[in-house]
Amino acid sequence: MINTHEILETITMIQDENLDIRTVTMGISLLDCMDADIDKACDKVYNKIVSTAKNLVPVCCEIETELGIPIINKRISVTPIGIIASACKEQNPVKFALALEKAAKQVGVNFIGGYSALVQKGFAGADMELIKSIPEALAVTEHVCASVNVGSTKAGINMDAVALMGKIVKECAERTADRQCIGAAKLVVFCNAPEDNPFMAGAFHGVGEPDVVINVGVSGPGVVRAALAKNSEGLDLTGVAELIKRTAFKITRMGQLVAQEASKRLGYPFGIVDLSLAPTPAIGDSVAYILEEIGLECCGSCGTTATLAMLNDAVKKGGVMASSRVGGLSGAFIPVTEDAGMIHAATIGALTIEKLEAMTAVCSVGLDMINIPGDTSADVISALIADEAAIGMVNSKTTAVRVIPAIGKNVGDELNFGGLLGNGPVMKISTYSPAKFINRGGQIPAPMQSLKN
Amino acid sequence: MRAVITVVGKDTVGILAKVSQKCAESNVNINEVTQSVLEDIFCMIMVADISKINKDFGAFSEEMKKMGCDLGMSVHVMHETIFNSMHRI
Repeated sequence: MINTHEILETITMIQDENLDIRTVTMGISLLDCMDADIDKACDKVYNKIVSTAKNLVPVCCEIETELGIPIINKRISVTPIGIIASACKEQNPVKFALALEKAAKQVGVNFIGGYSALVQKGFAGADMELIKSIPEALAVTEHVCASVNVGSTKAGINMDAVALMGKIVKECAERTADRQCIGAAKLVVFCNAPEDNPFMAGAFHGVGEPDVVINVGVSGPGVVRAALAKNSEGLDLTGVAELIKRTAFKITRMGQLVAQEASKRLGYPFGIVDLSLAPTPAIGDSVAYILEEIGLECCGSCGTTATLAMLNDAVKKGGVMASSRVGGLSGAFIPVTEDAGMIHAATIGALTIEKLEAMTAVCSVGLDMINIPGDTSADVISALIADEAAIGMVNSKTTAVRVIPAIGKNVGDELNFGGLLGNGPVMKISTYSPAKFINRGGQIPAPMQSLKN
Repeated sequence: MRAVITVVGKDTVGILAKVSQKCAESNVNINEVTQSVLEDIFCMIMVADISKINKDFGAFSEEMKKMGCDLGMSVHVMHETIFNSMHRI
Protein backbone atom coordinates (compact mmCIF):
# COMPACT_ATOMS: atom_id res chain seq x y z
CA MET A 1 0.00 0.00 0.00
CA ILE A 2 1.23 3.44 -0.92
CA ASN A 3 1.60 5.65 2.13
CA THR A 4 0.35 9.18 2.70
CA HIS A 5 3.80 10.71 2.46
CA GLU A 6 4.39 9.21 -0.98
CA ILE A 7 1.01 10.30 -2.27
CA LEU A 8 1.51 13.87 -1.10
CA GLU A 9 5.05 13.91 -2.49
CA THR A 10 3.80 13.00 -5.96
CA ILE A 11 1.04 15.59 -5.83
CA THR A 12 3.41 18.33 -4.64
CA MET A 13 5.80 17.48 -7.47
CA ILE A 14 3.06 17.99 -10.04
CA GLN A 15 1.24 20.91 -8.44
CA ASP A 16 4.05 23.02 -7.05
CA GLU A 17 7.27 21.87 -8.62
CA ASN A 18 6.35 21.82 -12.31
CA LEU A 19 6.76 18.08 -12.80
CA ASP A 20 5.42 17.20 -16.20
CA ILE A 21 6.00 15.08 -19.22
CA ARG A 22 7.64 17.48 -21.62
CA THR A 23 6.77 15.57 -24.73
CA VAL A 24 5.32 12.45 -26.21
CA THR A 25 6.92 12.25 -29.63
CA MET A 26 5.74 9.84 -32.28
CA GLY A 27 8.52 8.86 -34.65
CA ILE A 28 7.23 8.04 -38.13
CA SER A 29 9.31 6.56 -40.93
CA LEU A 30 8.65 8.15 -44.31
CA LEU A 31 10.85 5.74 -46.26
CA ASP A 32 7.76 4.27 -47.91
CA CYS A 33 6.69 7.73 -49.12
CA MET A 34 9.49 8.27 -51.60
CA ASP A 35 8.43 9.10 -55.14
CA ALA A 36 10.06 10.58 -58.23
CA ASP A 37 7.16 13.04 -58.46
CA ILE A 38 7.56 15.49 -55.58
CA ASP A 39 3.84 16.30 -55.40
CA LYS A 40 2.95 12.63 -55.11
CA ALA A 41 5.66 12.19 -52.47
CA CYS A 42 4.26 15.13 -50.48
CA ASP A 43 0.75 13.64 -50.65
CA LYS A 44 2.07 10.31 -49.39
CA VAL A 45 3.93 12.07 -46.56
CA TYR A 46 0.82 13.99 -45.54
CA ASN A 47 -1.40 10.91 -45.70
CA LYS A 48 0.99 8.69 -43.77
CA ILE A 49 1.44 11.23 -40.96
CA VAL A 50 -2.25 12.03 -40.67
CA SER A 51 -3.33 8.40 -40.69
CA THR A 52 -0.62 7.25 -38.27
CA ALA A 53 -0.80 10.12 -35.80
CA LYS A 54 -4.52 10.86 -35.87
CA ASN A 55 -4.99 9.55 -32.32
CA LEU A 56 -1.79 10.95 -30.83
CA VAL A 57 -3.22 14.13 -29.34
CA PRO A 58 -6.53 12.65 -28.07
CA VAL A 59 -4.74 9.68 -26.48
CA CYS A 60 -2.22 11.96 -24.76
CA CYS A 61 -5.06 14.12 -23.42
CA GLU A 62 -6.78 10.98 -22.13
CA ILE A 63 -3.61 9.86 -20.32
CA GLU A 64 -3.20 13.36 -18.91
CA THR A 65 -6.63 13.31 -17.28
CA GLU A 66 -6.43 9.75 -16.07
CA LEU A 67 -3.00 9.88 -14.52
CA GLY A 68 -3.28 13.52 -13.54
CA ILE A 69 0.10 14.36 -15.04
CA PRO A 70 0.39 17.17 -17.60
CA ILE A 71 1.82 16.28 -21.02
CA ILE A 72 3.03 19.65 -22.25
CA ASN A 73 3.79 18.88 -25.89
CA LYS A 74 2.73 16.30 -28.40
CA ARG A 75 5.17 16.06 -31.27
CA ILE A 76 6.07 14.09 -34.36
CA SER A 77 9.50 13.28 -35.74
CA VAL A 78 9.98 11.95 -39.26
CA THR A 79 12.73 10.43 -41.39
CA PRO A 80 15.18 13.15 -42.47
CA ILE A 81 13.56 14.83 -45.47
CA GLY A 82 17.00 15.04 -47.11
CA ILE A 83 16.68 11.28 -47.70
CA ILE A 84 13.04 11.34 -48.85
CA ALA A 85 13.60 14.27 -51.21
CA SER A 86 16.53 12.49 -52.88
CA ALA A 87 14.14 10.36 -54.93
CA CYS A 88 12.42 13.40 -56.47
CA LYS A 89 13.30 14.70 -59.91
CA GLU A 90 12.30 18.24 -59.08
CA GLN A 91 14.21 19.31 -56.02
CA ASN A 92 12.50 22.10 -54.19
CA PRO A 93 12.19 20.48 -50.78
CA VAL A 94 10.12 23.36 -49.33
CA LYS A 95 7.08 21.50 -50.65
CA PHE A 96 7.85 18.81 -48.08
CA ALA A 97 8.00 21.42 -45.33
CA LEU A 98 4.54 22.63 -46.34
CA ALA A 99 3.22 19.07 -46.35
CA LEU A 100 4.66 18.51 -42.87
CA GLU A 101 3.12 21.77 -41.66
CA LYS A 102 -0.29 20.84 -43.05
CA ALA A 103 -0.10 17.41 -41.43
CA ALA A 104 1.02 18.89 -38.08
CA LYS A 105 -1.94 21.27 -38.09
CA GLN A 106 -4.33 18.51 -39.06
CA VAL A 107 -3.35 16.22 -36.18
CA GLY A 108 -2.89 19.11 -33.74
CA VAL A 109 0.71 18.53 -32.63
CA ASN A 110 2.92 21.31 -31.25
CA PHE A 111 5.97 20.60 -33.43
CA ILE A 112 7.08 18.34 -36.23
CA GLY A 113 10.79 17.64 -36.61
CA GLY A 114 12.76 16.05 -39.38
CA TYR A 115 13.37 18.71 -41.99
CA SER A 116 16.87 17.39 -41.69
CA ALA A 117 19.99 16.26 -43.46
CA LEU A 118 22.79 14.01 -42.22
CA VAL A 119 25.97 15.21 -43.89
CA GLN A 120 28.76 14.36 -41.44
CA LYS A 121 30.86 12.83 -44.20
CA GLY A 122 29.53 14.58 -47.27
CA PHE A 123 26.46 15.67 -49.21
CA ALA A 124 24.35 13.13 -51.09
CA GLY A 125 21.06 13.21 -52.98
CA ALA A 126 19.00 16.24 -52.04
CA ASP A 127 21.01 17.12 -48.92
CA MET A 128 22.47 20.32 -50.36
CA GLU A 129 19.13 21.52 -51.77
CA LEU A 130 17.47 20.73 -48.46
CA ILE A 131 19.99 22.65 -46.40
CA LYS A 132 19.78 25.66 -48.70
CA SER A 133 15.99 25.60 -48.45
CA ILE A 134 15.93 25.58 -44.62
CA PRO A 135 15.61 29.38 -44.20
CA GLU A 136 12.60 29.51 -46.53
CA ALA A 137 11.06 26.35 -45.05
CA LEU A 138 11.26 27.71 -41.50
CA ALA A 139 9.98 31.12 -42.54
CA VAL A 140 6.86 29.83 -44.30
CA THR A 141 5.95 27.24 -41.65
CA GLU A 142 5.24 27.48 -37.97
CA HIS A 143 5.52 23.94 -36.60
CA VAL A 144 8.34 22.50 -38.69
CA CYS A 145 11.78 22.11 -37.11
CA ALA A 146 15.03 21.52 -38.96
CA SER A 147 18.34 19.95 -38.04
CA VAL A 148 21.61 19.17 -39.77
CA ASN A 149 24.20 16.71 -38.52
CA VAL A 150 27.63 18.02 -39.53
CA GLY A 151 29.93 15.72 -37.60
CA SER A 152 30.39 12.49 -35.70
CA THR A 153 33.06 10.70 -33.71
CA LYS A 154 33.33 8.08 -36.45
CA ALA A 155 33.32 10.45 -39.43
CA GLY A 156 34.94 13.66 -38.20
CA ILE A 157 33.52 17.07 -39.04
CA ASN A 158 32.35 18.09 -42.49
CA MET A 159 33.73 21.62 -42.57
CA ASP A 160 32.05 22.43 -45.90
CA ALA A 161 28.74 21.82 -44.15
CA VAL A 162 29.89 23.84 -41.15
CA ALA A 163 30.79 26.78 -43.42
CA LEU A 164 27.40 26.55 -45.08
CA MET A 165 25.48 26.31 -41.81
CA GLY A 166 26.89 29.62 -40.55
CA LYS A 167 25.22 31.32 -43.51
CA ILE A 168 22.03 29.30 -43.16
CA VAL A 169 21.61 30.13 -39.45
CA LYS A 170 22.02 33.80 -40.26
CA GLU A 171 19.60 33.67 -43.17
CA CYS A 172 17.00 31.89 -41.00
CA ALA A 173 17.15 34.82 -38.57
CA GLU A 174 17.07 37.43 -41.33
CA ARG A 175 14.02 35.92 -42.98
CA THR A 176 12.11 36.01 -39.71
CA ALA A 177 13.52 39.30 -38.38
CA ASP A 178 9.98 40.65 -38.00
CA ARG A 179 9.09 37.68 -35.76
CA GLN A 180 11.93 37.83 -33.20
CA CYS A 181 14.18 35.89 -35.62
CA ILE A 182 12.24 32.74 -34.65
CA GLY A 183 13.48 30.82 -37.72
CA ALA A 184 16.91 30.31 -36.16
CA ALA A 185 15.30 28.98 -32.98
CA LYS A 186 13.84 26.09 -34.99
CA LEU A 187 17.19 24.96 -36.44
CA VAL A 188 19.78 22.81 -34.69
CA VAL A 189 23.25 21.95 -35.98
CA PHE A 190 24.40 18.64 -34.48
CA CYS A 191 27.46 16.52 -33.97
CA ASN A 192 26.63 12.88 -33.13
CA ALA A 193 22.88 13.48 -33.51
CA PRO A 194 20.81 10.78 -31.78
CA GLU A 195 18.24 9.03 -33.97
CA ASP A 196 15.59 8.66 -31.28
CA ASN A 197 15.57 12.12 -29.73
CA PRO A 198 12.06 13.27 -28.77
CA PHE A 199 13.12 16.87 -28.08
CA MET A 200 12.82 19.76 -30.52
CA ALA A 201 14.17 21.37 -32.54
CA GLY A 202 16.53 18.48 -33.17
CA ALA A 203 14.15 15.51 -33.34
CA PHE A 204 14.19 13.29 -36.39
CA HIS A 205 13.31 9.64 -36.92
CA GLY A 206 16.49 7.74 -37.73
CA VAL A 207 16.62 5.19 -40.55
CA GLY A 208 17.50 2.42 -38.09
CA GLU A 209 14.26 2.97 -36.18
CA PRO A 210 11.05 0.95 -36.60
CA ASP A 211 8.23 2.18 -38.84
CA VAL A 212 6.44 3.99 -36.01
CA VAL A 213 7.65 4.42 -32.44
CA ILE A 214 6.67 6.31 -29.27
CA ASN A 215 9.41 8.23 -27.47
CA VAL A 216 8.90 10.24 -24.32
CA GLY A 217 10.87 13.13 -22.88
CA VAL A 218 10.48 13.97 -19.20
CA SER A 219 11.10 17.31 -17.53
CA GLY A 220 11.55 18.07 -13.85
CA PRO A 221 14.30 20.55 -12.92
CA GLY A 222 11.83 22.09 -10.47
CA VAL A 223 11.46 18.77 -8.65
CA VAL A 224 15.22 18.27 -8.34
CA ARG A 225 15.70 21.82 -7.09
CA ALA A 226 12.90 21.46 -4.53
CA ALA A 227 14.30 18.11 -3.32
CA LEU A 228 17.68 19.76 -2.80
CA ALA A 229 16.15 22.78 -1.09
CA LYS A 230 14.25 20.57 1.34
CA ASN A 231 16.75 17.81 2.02
CA SER A 232 20.31 18.78 1.15
CA GLU A 233 21.24 20.90 4.18
CA GLY A 234 24.45 19.53 5.64
CA LEU A 235 24.98 16.89 2.95
CA ASP A 236 28.36 16.52 1.28
CA LEU A 237 28.48 16.18 -2.51
CA THR A 238 28.21 12.39 -2.40
CA GLY A 239 24.96 12.86 -0.52
CA VAL A 240 23.79 15.51 -2.96
CA ALA A 241 24.47 13.21 -5.91
CA GLU A 242 22.52 10.42 -4.18
CA LEU A 243 19.58 12.75 -3.60
CA ILE A 244 19.55 13.83 -7.25
CA LYS A 245 19.70 10.18 -8.34
CA ARG A 246 16.74 9.23 -6.21
CA THR A 247 14.72 12.19 -7.47
CA ALA A 248 15.64 11.49 -11.10
CA PHE A 249 14.46 7.92 -10.58
CA LYS A 250 11.01 9.09 -9.55
CA ILE A 251 10.73 11.57 -12.40
CA THR A 252 11.74 8.97 -14.93
CA ARG A 253 9.31 6.37 -13.59
CA MET A 254 6.57 8.79 -14.50
CA GLY A 255 7.97 9.05 -18.03
CA GLN A 256 8.19 5.27 -18.31
CA LEU A 257 4.56 4.88 -17.23
CA VAL A 258 3.32 7.47 -19.72
CA ALA A 259 5.43 5.95 -22.50
CA GLN A 260 4.03 2.47 -21.85
CA GLU A 261 0.45 3.73 -21.66
CA ALA A 262 0.80 5.80 -24.83
CA SER A 263 2.39 2.91 -26.67
CA LYS A 264 -0.33 0.49 -25.57
CA ARG A 265 -3.21 2.79 -26.42
CA LEU A 266 -1.82 3.95 -29.75
CA GLY A 267 -0.79 0.44 -30.76
CA TYR A 268 2.80 1.34 -31.66
CA PRO A 269 5.98 0.13 -29.96
CA PHE A 270 7.57 2.04 -27.11
CA GLY A 271 10.96 3.41 -28.14
CA ILE A 272 12.80 5.20 -25.38
CA VAL A 273 12.45 7.52 -22.44
CA ASP A 274 14.75 10.51 -22.71
CA LEU A 275 15.92 11.24 -19.17
CA SER A 276 16.48 14.89 -19.67
CA LEU A 277 16.07 17.67 -17.16
CA ALA A 278 14.42 20.09 -19.55
CA PRO A 279 13.83 23.53 -18.05
CA THR A 280 11.00 25.94 -18.84
CA PRO A 281 10.99 29.70 -18.41
CA ALA A 282 8.62 29.24 -15.43
CA ILE A 283 10.22 30.43 -12.21
CA GLY A 284 11.56 27.45 -10.30
CA ASP A 285 11.75 25.10 -13.28
CA SER A 286 15.38 25.89 -13.95
CA VAL A 287 18.59 23.88 -14.26
CA ALA A 288 20.59 26.98 -13.26
CA TYR A 289 18.68 27.15 -9.97
CA ILE A 290 19.67 23.53 -9.24
CA LEU A 291 23.34 24.48 -9.65
CA GLU A 292 22.76 27.46 -7.37
CA GLU A 293 20.95 25.30 -4.85
CA ILE A 294 23.99 23.02 -4.71
CA GLY A 295 26.10 26.00 -3.75
CA LEU A 296 27.00 28.47 -6.49
CA GLU A 297 26.20 32.14 -5.99
CA CYS A 298 25.24 32.37 -9.64
CA CYS A 299 25.25 29.99 -12.58
CA GLY A 300 28.34 30.77 -14.67
CA SER A 301 30.71 31.17 -11.74
CA CYS A 302 33.80 28.98 -11.37
CA GLY A 303 32.54 25.58 -10.27
CA THR A 304 29.61 25.58 -12.70
CA THR A 305 31.14 22.95 -14.98
CA ALA A 306 31.93 20.60 -12.10
CA THR A 307 28.49 21.01 -10.55
CA LEU A 308 26.79 20.43 -13.89
CA ALA A 309 28.93 17.34 -14.56
CA MET A 310 27.78 15.85 -11.27
CA LEU A 311 24.14 16.75 -11.89
CA ASN A 312 24.19 15.32 -15.40
CA ASP A 313 25.73 12.05 -14.27
CA ALA A 314 23.40 11.64 -11.29
CA VAL A 315 20.35 12.24 -13.49
CA LYS A 316 21.46 9.47 -15.83
CA LYS A 317 22.25 7.04 -13.02
CA GLY A 318 18.86 7.55 -11.41
CA GLY A 319 16.99 7.49 -14.70
CA VAL A 320 18.58 4.40 -16.20
CA MET A 321 17.28 2.24 -13.36
CA ALA A 322 13.78 3.67 -13.74
CA SER A 323 13.23 2.95 -17.40
CA SER A 324 13.47 -0.20 -19.45
CA ARG A 325 14.85 1.67 -22.46
CA VAL A 326 16.72 4.92 -22.33
CA GLY A 327 17.91 7.03 -25.22
CA GLY A 328 17.74 10.40 -26.92
CA LEU A 329 19.75 13.20 -25.39
CA SER A 330 19.40 12.08 -21.75
CA GLY A 331 21.02 14.52 -19.34
CA ALA A 332 20.64 18.11 -18.23
CA PHE A 333 19.71 20.74 -20.79
CA ILE A 334 21.14 24.24 -20.62
CA PRO A 335 19.12 26.33 -23.09
CA VAL A 336 19.64 29.93 -22.09
CA THR A 337 16.36 31.57 -23.07
CA GLU A 338 14.27 28.65 -21.78
CA ASP A 339 15.67 28.75 -18.25
CA ALA A 340 14.83 31.54 -15.80
CA GLY A 341 18.11 31.12 -13.90
CA MET A 342 20.23 31.12 -17.07
CA ILE A 343 18.41 34.21 -18.34
CA HIS A 344 19.20 35.98 -15.08
CA ALA A 345 22.84 34.87 -15.08
CA ALA A 346 23.31 35.94 -18.71
CA THR A 347 21.61 39.29 -18.10
CA ILE A 348 23.86 40.23 -15.19
CA GLY A 349 26.93 39.04 -17.11
CA ALA A 350 27.76 36.08 -14.85
CA LEU A 351 27.24 33.58 -17.65
CA THR A 352 29.17 33.93 -20.91
CA ILE A 353 29.18 31.97 -24.15
CA GLU A 354 32.69 30.70 -23.34
CA LYS A 355 31.49 29.29 -20.01
CA LEU A 356 28.47 27.74 -21.71
CA GLU A 357 30.82 26.07 -24.17
CA ALA A 358 32.76 24.50 -21.31
CA MET A 359 29.48 23.35 -19.75
CA THR A 360 28.49 21.59 -22.97
CA ALA A 361 31.48 19.29 -22.58
CA VAL A 362 29.84 17.69 -19.55
CA CYS A 363 26.11 17.91 -20.16
CA SER A 364 23.67 16.54 -22.62
CA VAL A 365 23.34 19.01 -25.45
CA GLY A 366 25.20 22.10 -26.50
CA LEU A 367 25.05 25.82 -27.08
CA ASP A 368 21.30 26.05 -26.99
CA MET A 369 18.94 28.99 -27.42
CA ILE A 370 21.60 31.67 -27.22
CA ASN A 371 20.91 35.09 -28.71
CA ILE A 372 23.94 36.66 -30.38
CA PRO A 373 24.31 40.12 -31.96
CA GLY A 374 22.59 40.43 -35.35
CA ASP A 375 25.75 41.66 -37.06
CA THR A 376 27.75 38.53 -36.12
CA SER A 377 29.34 37.28 -39.34
CA ALA A 378 28.45 33.89 -40.83
CA ASP A 379 32.11 32.86 -40.41
CA VAL A 380 31.96 33.44 -36.67
CA ILE A 381 28.77 31.36 -36.42
CA SER A 382 30.41 28.59 -38.46
CA ALA A 383 33.45 28.65 -36.22
CA LEU A 384 31.23 28.46 -33.14
CA ILE A 385 29.54 25.41 -34.69
CA ALA A 386 32.97 23.89 -35.43
CA ASP A 387 34.10 24.37 -31.81
CA GLU A 388 30.99 22.77 -30.46
CA ALA A 389 31.11 19.90 -32.95
CA ALA A 390 34.76 19.31 -31.97
CA ILE A 391 33.75 18.91 -28.32
CA GLY A 392 31.12 16.35 -29.32
CA MET A 393 33.40 14.53 -31.75
CA VAL A 394 36.31 14.14 -29.35
CA ASN A 395 34.20 13.25 -26.32
CA SER A 396 31.92 10.81 -28.19
CA LYS A 397 28.82 12.72 -27.15
CA THR A 398 26.04 14.67 -28.77
CA THR A 399 26.62 18.39 -29.05
CA ALA A 400 24.57 20.95 -30.89
CA VAL A 401 24.33 24.61 -31.69
CA ARG A 402 21.11 26.59 -31.74
CA VAL A 403 22.02 30.26 -31.74
CA ILE A 404 19.74 33.10 -32.79
CA PRO A 405 21.37 36.08 -34.48
CA ALA A 406 19.18 38.95 -33.25
CA ILE A 407 18.86 40.97 -36.43
CA GLY A 408 19.13 44.72 -35.77
CA LYS A 409 19.97 44.15 -32.11
CA ASN A 410 23.10 44.25 -30.05
CA VAL A 411 24.50 43.08 -26.72
CA GLY A 412 22.07 43.98 -23.93
CA ASP A 413 18.98 43.99 -26.16
CA GLU A 414 16.49 41.19 -25.84
CA LEU A 415 14.56 38.70 -27.97
CA ASN A 416 11.24 37.35 -26.76
CA PHE A 417 9.92 34.17 -28.40
CA GLY A 418 7.15 33.41 -25.93
CA GLY A 419 5.98 29.98 -24.78
CA LEU A 420 8.52 27.27 -24.03
CA LEU A 421 11.20 29.03 -26.08
CA GLY A 422 11.22 31.91 -23.58
CA ASN A 423 13.18 35.13 -23.86
CA GLY A 424 16.68 36.30 -23.17
CA PRO A 425 19.40 38.88 -23.63
CA VAL A 426 21.70 39.15 -26.62
CA MET A 427 25.06 37.79 -25.45
CA LYS A 428 28.54 38.94 -26.36
CA ILE A 429 30.53 36.78 -28.75
CA SER A 430 34.16 37.08 -29.87
CA THR A 431 34.31 38.95 -33.18
CA TYR A 432 37.91 38.11 -34.14
CA SER A 433 37.72 36.59 -37.59
CA PRO A 434 38.06 32.83 -38.16
CA ALA A 435 37.31 33.39 -41.90
CA LYS A 436 40.49 31.82 -43.27
CA PHE A 437 39.97 28.64 -41.19
CA ILE A 438 36.33 28.34 -42.24
CA ASN A 439 37.00 29.02 -45.92
CA ARG A 440 39.51 26.19 -46.15
CA GLY A 441 36.60 23.72 -46.12
CA GLY A 442 37.28 19.97 -46.23
CA GLN A 443 36.90 17.47 -43.42
CA ILE A 444 38.35 17.42 -39.93
CA PRO A 445 39.41 13.76 -39.70
CA ALA A 446 37.81 11.46 -37.16
CA PRO A 447 39.68 11.48 -33.86
CA MET A 448 41.69 8.72 -32.18
CA GLN A 449 39.65 6.67 -29.78
CA SER A 450 42.62 5.40 -27.81
CA LEU A 451 45.56 7.19 -26.16
CA LYS A 452 42.95 9.35 -24.42
CA ASN A 453 44.61 12.37 -22.91
CA MET B 1 -8.70 -0.41 -10.93
CA ARG B 2 -8.25 1.99 -8.08
CA ALA B 3 -7.98 5.73 -7.82
CA VAL B 4 -6.45 7.92 -5.16
CA ILE B 5 -8.49 10.94 -4.11
CA THR B 6 -6.73 13.62 -2.08
CA VAL B 7 -8.42 16.52 -0.39
CA VAL B 8 -6.41 19.29 1.25
CA GLY B 9 -7.60 22.61 2.60
CA LYS B 10 -9.14 24.47 5.52
CA ASP B 11 -11.31 22.26 7.69
CA THR B 12 -15.06 22.85 7.39
CA VAL B 13 -18.20 20.89 8.13
CA GLY B 14 -19.19 18.13 5.73
CA ILE B 15 -16.11 17.65 3.57
CA LEU B 16 -16.06 13.88 3.94
CA ALA B 17 -19.81 13.73 3.38
CA LYS B 18 -19.67 15.70 0.17
CA VAL B 19 -16.77 13.72 -1.28
CA SER B 20 -18.39 10.37 -0.37
CA GLN B 21 -21.70 11.54 -1.80
CA LYS B 22 -20.04 12.31 -5.12
CA CYS B 23 -18.32 8.90 -5.11
CA ALA B 24 -21.59 7.12 -4.42
CA GLU B 25 -23.34 8.99 -7.24
CA SER B 26 -20.61 7.85 -9.61
CA ASN B 27 -20.67 4.26 -8.34
CA VAL B 28 -17.14 4.59 -6.97
CA ASN B 29 -16.53 2.35 -3.96
CA ILE B 30 -14.36 3.81 -1.21
CA ASN B 31 -11.87 1.20 0.09
CA GLU B 32 -9.76 3.16 2.51
CA VAL B 33 -9.72 6.57 4.08
CA THR B 34 -7.00 8.23 6.10
CA GLN B 35 -7.47 11.71 7.34
CA SER B 36 -5.74 14.12 9.63
CA VAL B 37 -6.43 17.64 10.79
CA LEU B 38 -3.28 19.56 11.60
CA GLU B 39 -4.20 22.82 13.32
CA ASP B 40 -7.06 23.69 10.97
CA ILE B 41 -5.68 22.17 7.78
CA PHE B 42 -7.68 19.17 6.70
CA CYS B 43 -5.91 16.44 4.74
CA MET B 44 -7.70 13.36 3.53
CA ILE B 45 -6.57 10.56 1.27
CA MET B 46 -9.02 8.02 -0.08
CA VAL B 47 -8.33 4.92 -2.10
CA ALA B 48 -11.38 4.01 -4.13
CA ASP B 49 -12.36 1.25 -6.52
CA ILE B 50 -13.31 2.74 -9.88
CA SER B 51 -13.84 -0.45 -11.85
CA LYS B 52 -17.62 0.04 -11.85
CA ILE B 53 -17.60 3.79 -12.31
CA ASN B 54 -20.69 4.91 -14.22
CA LYS B 55 -19.14 7.80 -16.09
CA ASP B 56 -15.96 8.80 -17.85
CA PHE B 57 -13.04 8.91 -15.39
CA GLY B 58 -11.97 12.31 -16.73
CA ALA B 59 -15.45 13.72 -16.08
CA PHE B 60 -15.46 12.30 -12.54
CA SER B 61 -12.06 13.84 -11.87
CA GLU B 62 -13.25 17.19 -13.23
CA GLU B 63 -16.42 17.14 -11.08
CA MET B 64 -14.40 16.39 -7.95
CA LYS B 65 -12.00 19.17 -8.73
CA LYS B 66 -14.85 21.61 -9.25
CA MET B 67 -16.52 20.56 -6.02
CA GLY B 68 -13.19 21.15 -4.29
CA CYS B 69 -13.03 24.66 -5.73
CA ASP B 70 -16.55 25.38 -4.43
CA LEU B 71 -15.52 24.19 -0.96
CA GLY B 72 -12.24 26.13 -1.15
CA MET B 73 -10.30 22.86 -1.03
CA SER B 74 -7.81 21.34 -3.39
CA VAL B 75 -9.06 17.98 -4.64
CA HIS B 76 -7.15 15.62 -6.92
CA VAL B 77 -8.21 12.34 -8.41
CA MET B 78 -5.54 10.20 -9.97
CA HIS B 79 -5.12 6.58 -10.98
CA GLU B 80 -3.24 4.49 -8.44
CA THR B 81 -0.78 3.39 -11.14
CA ILE B 82 1.11 6.66 -11.06
CA PHE B 83 1.92 6.29 -7.35
CA ASN B 84 2.84 2.65 -7.71
CA SER B 85 5.15 3.30 -10.60
CA MET B 86 6.84 6.24 -8.94
CA HIS B 87 7.39 4.75 -5.50
CA ARG B 88 7.64 0.99 -6.04
CA ILE B 89 10.19 -0.97 -8.02
